Amino acid sequence: MKRKAAIFVAVAGLAAAFYLSSHRRFVGNRPADSPAPAIALTDLSGQTIDPASYRGKVVLINFWAAWCTPCREEIPQFVALQEKYGARGFQAVGISMDDPEGTLRDFCREYGVNYPIVVGSQKIAEAFGGVLGLPTTFLVGRDGRIHAKQVGATDFPKLEREVTALLQSGH
Amino acid sequence: MPMKPLVICLAAAAVLVASVAGAQRENKDGVTARTQSQSSEWPPSSRELIRPEELAKALQSSAKPIVFNVGPRLIYVQAHIPGAEYIGPTSSPQGLEKLRARAASLPRDSFLVIYCGCCPWEHCPNVRPAYTELRQMGFTRLKVLYIANSFGSDWVEKGYPTAKGE
Repeated sequence: MKRKAAIFVAVAGLAAAFYLSSHRRFVGNRPADSPAPAIALTDLSGQTIDPASYRGKVVLINFWAAWCTPCREEIPQFVALQEKYGARGFQAVGISMDDPEGTLRDFCREYGVNYPIVVGSQKIAEAFGGVLGLPTTFLVGRDGRIHAKQVGATDFPKLEREVTALLQSGH
Repeated sequence: MPMKPLVICLAAAAVLVASVAGAQRENKDGVTARTQSQSSEWPPSSRELIRPEELAKALQSSAKPIVFNVGPRLIYVQAHIPGAEYIGPTSSPQGLEKLRARAASLPRDSFLVIYCGCCPWEHCPNVRPAYTELRQMGFTRLKVLYIANSFGSDWVEKGYPTAKGE
């Protein structure tokens, strides 16, 4: 019986490992579960965002661009998450890549963006391990560690489950 | 060998084979599936696409292509194909003008490759206008680098050479 179980576990483990590796969407050299970079950001209104002020919150950092169609399509859902979970300690931050400030302001007004938007730079992107595709989204727990990194379109039901779990867990 | 473990092993192996087949379908047929759903002008025919592995090989040969990056600056400065010239996003009129000006003096039979990789292939706003412009200018050996997901996952993560900076 033990032998059967061992064979099953080994083969199933191999299959699962292959499945996970073929569906891996994480890139860059800042993998999940490393500390989020402590980099000061300045939002469109000129306010400095001190990373320490987000300690204890669940923070979503979305690298995006107004010229990027899949990025644009996600914004209303980030707005909804901020609206729904903001009072419970959730904070979204958008980092725009290569958008003129005027375009960004118009965009934020039109989409009713209710979270800070930062003009991105090489320094910011590299602090996050490199952002070489859009959209790229990080989810940081209350403990200041990166819990997930998604390159490409966000799976919102999954993201919401992760956000609620992190809000409840204290991590 | 008793039947039960044999059945268990076969089932698990089937899962493994299905995963392999699924991944291969995603990687190899992605181009075909997408190209067939588009108009005759875009996307390019398979002969006008170049895959990352093919470009990496071509860059090591004596007949290197001229490579134009038609994507956002913030991605280019973090990582780009060595020797690639930065044109900028050709989704904007300024980017297209820059591309026209740069390409104007080139022989029309130059081996040209354009790439972006900002976003998944079907959403990239830059390669299509660049391709259309260069085709209209008469370039006969033009290829578009097929980047399915992003420059990060389809070039950098695959270990192909990169350069940094302006």
